Amino acid sequence: MKLSRIFSWVIFILGVLYFLLPLYATLEFSLRTKVPFVAYTNVLFKDPQFAGSLIYSAIVGVITILVSLLIIVPTAYWVRLRLPRLRPVVEFVTLLPFVIPPVILAFGLLRAYAGPPLPLTGTDFGLNILVVAAYVVLSFPYMYRAVDSGLQAINVRTLTEAAQSMGAGWTRILISVIFPNIRVALLSGAFLTLAIVIGEYTIASFLVRPAFGPYLALLGRDKAFEPAAVTIISFGLTWMAMGMIALLGRGSRQRVQVAGAR
Amino acid sequence: MSFLELTDVQKRFGDTTAVEGFNLAAEKGEFVSFLGPSGCGKTTTLRMIAGFEQPTSGTIRINDEDVTYRSPNKRNVGMVFQSYALFPNMTVADNIGFGLKVRKRPKDQIKKRVAELLEIVNLPDKGARYPYQLSGGQQQRVALARALAFEPQVLLLDEPLSALDAKIRVALRHEIRSIQRQLGITTVYVTHDQEEALSLSDRVVVMSEGRMEQVGTPFEIYNFPSTAFVASFVGTLNVLPGVVVDASRGELTIAGQPVRLGHAFEGSAGREIRVALRPEMVQLGPGENGTNRLTGKVGDVSFLGSIVRIRLALGESGPTVVLDVFNEPTLRLPQLGDTATVRFPQDGPLVLDPKAPVESVEALIAEA
Ligand SMILES: Nc1ncnc2c1ncn2[C@@H]1O[C@H](COP(=O)(O)OP(=O)(O)OP(=O)(O)O)[C@@H](O)[C@H]1O
Ligand SMILES: [Mg+2]
Repeated sequence: MKLSRIFSWVIFILGVLYFLLPLYATLEFSLRTKVPFVAYTNVLFKDPQFAGSLIYSAIVGVITILVSLLIIVPTAYWVRLRLPRLRPVVEFVTLLPFVIPPVILAFGLLRAYAGPPLPLTGTDFGLNILVVAAYVVLSFPYMYRAVDSGLQAINVRTLTEAAQSMGAGWTRILISVIFPNIRVALLSGAFLTLAIVIGEYTIASFLVRPAFGPYLALLGRDKAFEPAAVTIISFGLTWMAMGMIALLGRGSRQRVQVAGAR
Repeated sequence: MSFLELTDVQKRFGDTTAVEGFNLAAEKGEFVSFLGPSGCGKTTTLRMIAGFEQPTSGTIRINDEDVTYRSPNKRNVGMVFQSYALFPNMTVADNIGFGLKVRKRPKDQIKKRVAELLEIVNLPDKGARYPYQLSGGQQQRVALARALAFEPQVLLLDEPLSALDAKIRVALRHEIRSIQRQLGITTVYVTHDQEEALSLSDRVVVMSEGRMEQVGTPFEIYNFPSTAFVASFVGTLNVLPGVVVDASRGELTIAGQPVRLGHAFEGSAGREIRVALRPEMVQLGPGENGTNRLTGKVGDVSFLGSIVRIRLALGESGPTVVLDVFNEPTLRLPQLGDTATVRFPQDGPLVLDPKAPVESVEALIAEA
């Protein structure tokens, strides 16, 4: 009993070190400038590209999440409800982004949309559409898995039928019954998607988008301390985003549960 | 004109026929049960009334409107599921009010109706709770309230009590019945528990392998089963396989044990027949000479309040005889696994006609 406790603490501490040591090293390095924090102030206040690219990626990320949810949730729901035999097929399709390298996806998009019938590569707007579309595809494996496991946790079919018998149509069932009950799953899918979009390099640079990934790569080539500072900053932002999602995920249900336990 | 009418309803899933030749005409306010063993098509029939499945052929009419192919959300039919199916993200009040919200009723009206229903199902102060904070019985009451809130034309219940334990089951079933009477709502109740069906219903539909075996009042079903299946499934009428020894002298064997009837019957020696035996004809103990006896192993002893029901297995995989004993404090009951002998008079058993087993056990029983 006692020994196993010690053992688990050792494992825990090793894990913490594994994550925190590189972070600490980066932090330490970013502060080695002659004037402390100058790398940070440089990035935050003197480099408009930092904020610009971060905001661009965040917006693209949010749009990607919305589009991805709109495609994945009804699909996963319908497959669970009516086409359970197609589940392996759909699962395989959503896994394709793992099989096809992003370079190929980017090249394919560039070739397919360079000319008629849908010339999108000529304008910024068109390229933005392409990058969102590509990211939506990249998000499929994470989103589908998250949503599907969320659906698995609730009794989709009976809940749907109960709502139907009370007169609800498909839109209402999805919005009032299905979405709220898989909210936590949706949030985790959304978070993974955001993380991927913000760090993505290949597609963004092929489509010449002012995104955070290419900016980070450029910075790493040109500067010494700033990349470390950006890493720390984006790490902090990520944690903030995670905290926000955790807050959002705490629905009325959990709150009541806490109150009930007292 | 009946309120709920199913005409020649048939449902096939690929090669399997789940329901066929289903005809039912239920009056407004009637409480009808579908009773039958697992897989006999009860749920499928209910789901066709609700609109979750469409019949392969036949029609379903509610209040003189053909709803056979109408989608479930347009039918105004309330449904209670075995698994409660409450919306976990909504409070009890929101669950009950859901149907009204869908119908865009004003908020204060919904609130009033919800309070009314919470009162009806005896949970007046639970409106703000979430489903997971309620017991199973309470959840099923909420599900009932939810199905009734929008004043459906028909209420459908699919084994609503089978996930609950026995005591709550009995209490809640009487509650369901009294609420149903109070509201006068046409109700279809699916169960595989004959006691439930018999004690609740105006009429019982006994089903087997997708077909209706018999439709009738609980009294008719219990006392005058019209097929051998009903006789053995409903009530505790014992239907035992026998072998003719000498029909003219009324001799046969049941599970290899000799039995003598007080009268001659038809059948050549060695022929397999079936014999019906009412539990109340059977008594515990060997009794005097001249009565018929069967010996077997006690398989089950269950208290049903004033009576005790005993199941006696004749041989390893042989037939069982069910008998009822009045529960008296002085009674010495056999234990599970004991060997016991039961007796019944010579005019107790009824020989079922093997050629027309369906014909009338009724006549035979009336005769007896
Ligand atoms: N969706 C389906 N696809 C294929 N076969 C089905 C389907 N639903 C039901 N069946 C078949 O139809 C028959 C009747 O099933 P049903 O669920 O109506 O039985 P039931 O009387 O409700 O049984 P239980 O008491 O076990 O609930 C069964 O043989 C079942 O296997
Ligand atoms: Mg069923």
